[in-house]
Amino acid sequence: MNDVAELTVEEREATLGGIGSARKRKEDARFIRGQGNFVDDVKLPGMVFGDFVRSPHAHARITSIDTTAALAVPGVAAVVTAKDLEPLGLHWMPTLAGDVAAVLADKKVHFQNQEVAFVVGVDRYAVADGVQAVEVEYEALPVLVDPKKALDDDAPILREDVADKDSVGQGTRRHPNHIFTWEVGDADATEAAFASAAVTIKEDILYPRSHPSPMETCGCVASMDATNGVLTVYGTFQAPHVIRTVVSLITGLAESKIRIVSPDVGGGFGNKVGAYPGYICAAAASIVTGLPVKWIESRMDNLSTTAFARDYHMTGELAADADGRITAVRAYVLADHGAFNTHAQPSKWPAGFFNIVTGSYDIPVGHVKVDGVYTNKAPGGVAYRCSFRVTEAAYLIERLIDALAQKTGVDKAEIRFRNFVQPEQFPYNSSLGWEYDSGDYPAALKKALAAVDYEGLRKEQAEKAAKGELMGIGIATFTEIVGAGPTRNCDIVGLGMFDSCEIRVHPTGSAIVRLGTKSQGQGHETTFAQIVATEIGLPSDDIVVEEGDTDTAPYGLGTYGSRSTPVAGAAAAVAARKIKAKAQKIAAHLLEVGEDDLEWEVDRFKVKGLPEKAATMKEIAMAAYSNIPEGMEHGLETTSYYDPPNFTYPFGAYVCVVDIDRFTGEVKVRRFYALDDCGTRINPMVIEGQVHGGLTEAFAIAMGQELVFDEMGNILGASFQDYFIPSAVETPEWETDYTVTPSPHHPIGAKGVGESPNVGGVPAFSNAIVDAFARHGVTHMPMPHTTWRVWQTIEEHGLNK
Amino acid sequence: MAKIPVKMTVNGNAVEEQVEPRLLLIHFLREQLNLTGPHIGCETSHCGACTVDLDGRSVKSCTVFACQADGGEVLTIEGIKGADGGLHPLQEGFMQEHGLQCGFCTPGMITRAHRLLQENPNPSEAEIRAGISGNLCRCTGYQNIVKAVRYAAERMNAQQEAAE
Amino acid sequence: MIPGPFEYHRPGSVDEVIALLGEFGDDGRVIAGGHSLIPMMKLRLAVPDHVIDLRDVGGLDGISEDGGTIVIGAMVTQAEVLASDLLASKCPILAEAAALIADPQVRYLGTVGGNVANGDPGNDMPALMQCLDAAYVLKGPKGEREVAARGFYEAAYFTARGDDELLTSVRIPTPAAGHGSAYEKLKRKTGDYATAAAAAVLSMERGTCTAAAIALTNVADTPLYAEAAGAALVGSTLDEAAVAAAVEAAKAITAPASDLRGPAEYRTYVAGVMVRRAIERAEARATG
Repeated sequence: MNDVAELTVEEREATLGGIGSARKRKEDARFIRGQGNFVDDVKLPGMVFGDFVRSPHAHARITSIDTTAALAVPGVAAVVTAKDLEPLGLHWMPTLAGDVAAVLADKKVHFQNQEVAFVVGVDRYAVADGVQAVEVEYEALPVLVDPKKALDDDAPILREDVADKDSVGQGTRRHPNHIFTWEVGDADATEAAFASAAVTIKEDILYPRSHPSPMETCGCVASMDATNGVLTVYGTFQAPHVIRTVVSLITGLAESKIRIVSPDVGGGFGNKVGAYPGYICAAAASIVTGLPVKWIESRMDNLSTTAFARDYHMTGELAADADGRITAVRAYVLADHGAFNTHAQPSKWPAGFFNIVTGSYDIPVGHVKVDGVYTNKAPGGVAYRCSFRVTEAAYLIERLIDALAQKTGVDKAEIRFRNFVQPEQFPYNSSLGWEYDSGDYPAALKKALAAVDYEGLRKEQAEKAAKGELMGIGIATFTEIVGAGPTRNCDIVGLGMFDSCEIRVHPTGSAIVRLGTKSQGQGHETTFAQIVATEIGLPSDDIVVEEGDTDTAPYGLGTYGSRSTPVAGAAAAVAARKIKAKAQKIAAHLLEVGEDDLEWEVDRFKVKGLPEKAATMKEIAMAAYSNIPEGMEHGLETTSYYDPPNFTYPFGAYVCVVDIDRFTGEVKVRRFYALDDCGTRINPMVIEGQVHGGLTEAFAIAMGQELVFDEMGNILGASFQDYFIPSAVETPEWETDYTVTPSPHHPIGAKGVGESPNVGGVPAFSNAIVDAFARHGVTHMPMPHTTWRVWQTIEEHGLNK
Repeated sequence: MAKIPVKMTVNGNAVEEQVEPRLLLIHFLREQLNLTGPHIGCETSHCGACTVDLDGRSVKSCTVFACQADGGEVLTIEGIKGADGGLHPLQEGFMQEHGLQCGFCTPGMITRAHRLLQENPNPSEAEIRAGISGNLCRCTGYQNIVKAVRYAAERMNAQQEAAE
Repeated sequence: MIPGPFEYHRPGSVDEVIALLGEFGDDGRVIAGGHSLIPMMKLRLAVPDHVIDLRDVGGLDGISEDGGTIVIGAMVTQAEVLASDLLASKCPILAEAAALIADPQVRYLGTVGGNVANGDPGNDMPALMQCLDAAYVLKGPKGEREVAARGFYEAAYFTARGDDELLTSVRIPTPAAGHGSAYEKLKRKTGDYATAAAAAVLSMERGTCTAAAIALTNVADTPLYAEAAGAALVGSTLDEAAVAAAVEAAKAITAPASDLRGPAEYRTYVAGVMVRRAIERAEARATG
């Protein structure tokens, strides 16, 4: 029963490749060979293709749709319009935010490129010809693209379909173009603090509209098996179970007759959470034709119609004493949601978790008010590693504290130390309603400043400034909130935001783990195996992790908002501990001792005081099927549904150094140092990769990404010709570091990290650029910091003479 | 539209098919030959996910008609292997250095790196970055991809020296 | 994403190409590297009924020097320009610009002919050719003629080439030995067209500028040969006054579009910065 050739404890731990191991990824094997299975790789017998006719107008009535010519194109089988979907009740669909969105434009279009008709044909070439041949006549309507004008008395009414409703799912609204007002905090106490403050600052800060743009666009293959009445949809879904439930609700098909499969997904970043018209139309077309129908959107479709990110028009204020100690924060936000509210957020949170806007700082009182409005633009708002509007909140507070530093003359690092929530204050109850689990902000910032020689940088900056050279130092000390979330206040269309893990251990000591989450590159096949490996003492190499097939995976709310590790990772640990508890009983039986006589070491139970008497998990696994104690069922498996008691609060300290060409406005990132604290680190290699990727996204957002609309509602820049996706040449080098402050409520102390680099990165870049101009009195510069915008500041202050 | 014949060698195999003249090489490979390694990430010839090797050159197969490649030699990720039939040093490098996350850009990226190392067997970091500037990635930030290519270059140069 | 249908032709000679162009007129387009035409076809902004592939047409390749003239075949790729020892030693500005065009994959297929012939104001080579006072050889049903690059571009996508003519080669007077040249291009990212770019080719003799040519990319609906800017440098020591005069003369002829690269006034301003930097680098490289 005992192993003969004994490895040391360290060697046995290393063999496990468990928590903390920078082990290589299991999923790489197929991707490096080009054998991934992405949605466009899925081919089913008889499969046909579908694509959309899209509106060139941003706001118009549809006066006619003539499909005659399209139907005559060789290879075109059908052209579906809203009229055809109406009898199925599918021409509109409910959104995740309590609104409704058109699947196919019903009598009018609300944004440029909105779906008007769905052409089905033998292949994508015939379908493209068919799309060209559909003739649609429009009657243009006045266009609304400025959210600031949305609530004007004479604003055009966009949503005639809900014009008479006094709520569109988020409380009472006061205007046909108004969606919701959300308020949190204490308005009166905040006003009192401002009235009595020694110093106040106020900035108008726009977080412009951008788009997560994963390398793989959205798509699906929908296949209705008429014989068995089963609808299977392969698709780019970050939340396959939610999609299944929603499809059941809107089609009337039983959920047991719907199978949703997310195969390999080529990046999500929040772009692939909600349901798009393409999924509904493909499914409807499959139901009607009895053939599998594939829809794969183009990049321009992706950038101009699927879930955009941000578009938050913010006015932020801080009140402080003369030493820069903040006494209050106030924020008003005008949120441009586009034509439908498809905001993918927990249902009770129309502005996500924006009230994390107190950031890393101990701010005694605050007030936040957010108004959401409709405009003639694509719908969305929550996406792009935003953690539910946390990117917006972090950007605001980090910009404001820099502005406060400039106003008070306090150094930008020092002012943060003065305002940090201190380690002894945790768990910390913020004035805007969150209980931060753990953190040590001063230690993180100290480490970061030492690593970059902050004093030396400030000295260098002063010397350069004397010569007219522009150098900037940007600090971002962010706290973010992830791991949605406790079901008492987090649900998506009523489904509580728990998550799940099922573990089954096989007789010969390997295991299969299935979860309700869905990786789109985050490495779950490796990292969740690592969690389970450490908990139950089997090598992660022998633990297979599956996600994404609703027929086999336990119900979960999917992967976005860095929730997988905090919620499903916790479920994995809890499930593993249940396995271990049963294993302990079996071990006691095998070793003929009491359960309490056993202690666990790495991969086995040892009898206390008799260490050579042990039962490894491998041995126990076999026993679970062959030699179990009286009264116990066979098998070694369990499922855990984990309802997190709280969110988790990863944090970080980033320092960015930039040199700006005062003649062209070009910004060169000289150095970027990122210290992240995500609690327990499951795989340092995977964490580093997440940080690199998130910082690169933040760089793109800060330096060049924008989706611009002209006054006719034409979207500009919605292709890779213009939309800034940096190549390896533009992308800076990243230095990563860490501290570890475990989450006290998480079973393994882990917090999640995916979103942090985007949350903290954007303000770090922006702060650095503004800092370069701080001595000229510049307190804010709008993003993205394209060369021409930076040049405008240079010109304004005559710095290029 | 009438189809025309095309003949080419793909990953060492002779291929003869009928295609519409407008059929893009990427669709020929993915749909007609079932080589779904190269991917489609855009339609404006920027992202490079479709990169293959054509007659000794890295090309974006979404911007080439299959009929233009008639008589040519194509290499896709499916044809990239080590000398012993196992993993190519580039594939090893991508795995060792965490040069991929979602895997979507990876086939095009490795295929491009494969040609890059033939152009320049010992590229500096800057040369690698310039060399892969036609391949976009959203997950990795490129840093570990650069390390992966350096890993491969070192292994291949060491093998070369050992052979000499 | 999907082009419209067309008939594909792969002629074996220039004469065959010209015959096909004559037969198809507006409905026919030649394809060289394809990286201008195919993207437009995929967006159905170009829908030719006939595509004439030049890849098997003889006599369109090669880089050679012939009695003081560098001859570059229309089908020479940007990658071949970068690899050419002849161009590296005799006319380095071409490789310098080629390296700033698009990305490695595009450069493997994109051709010099394709870059200069279609009149896209964003292309880089036209301004270079104007700077170098190159001539384009056009062959048509009536025979062969040469058109100076400086007179070739009429408006965006409108050139002096007749619909039934093929650009077969580019002829560049070999720049003087010891000349200095530079191409300065500000762009948002790899693969982008210029926000503004400037080419400078000049010669120095004992500290005095004896010849200078300056041209600009993407700051008007055609490339711009900045004749007055070059003239402002000749006879000077490239002192600040002369350079400033050249910069102002160059900026004066710009008429850029306002787009996502920046407002027109910014792009004119940047053109001036590019001119200045191109002159400075060209001067540093000139020997004489």
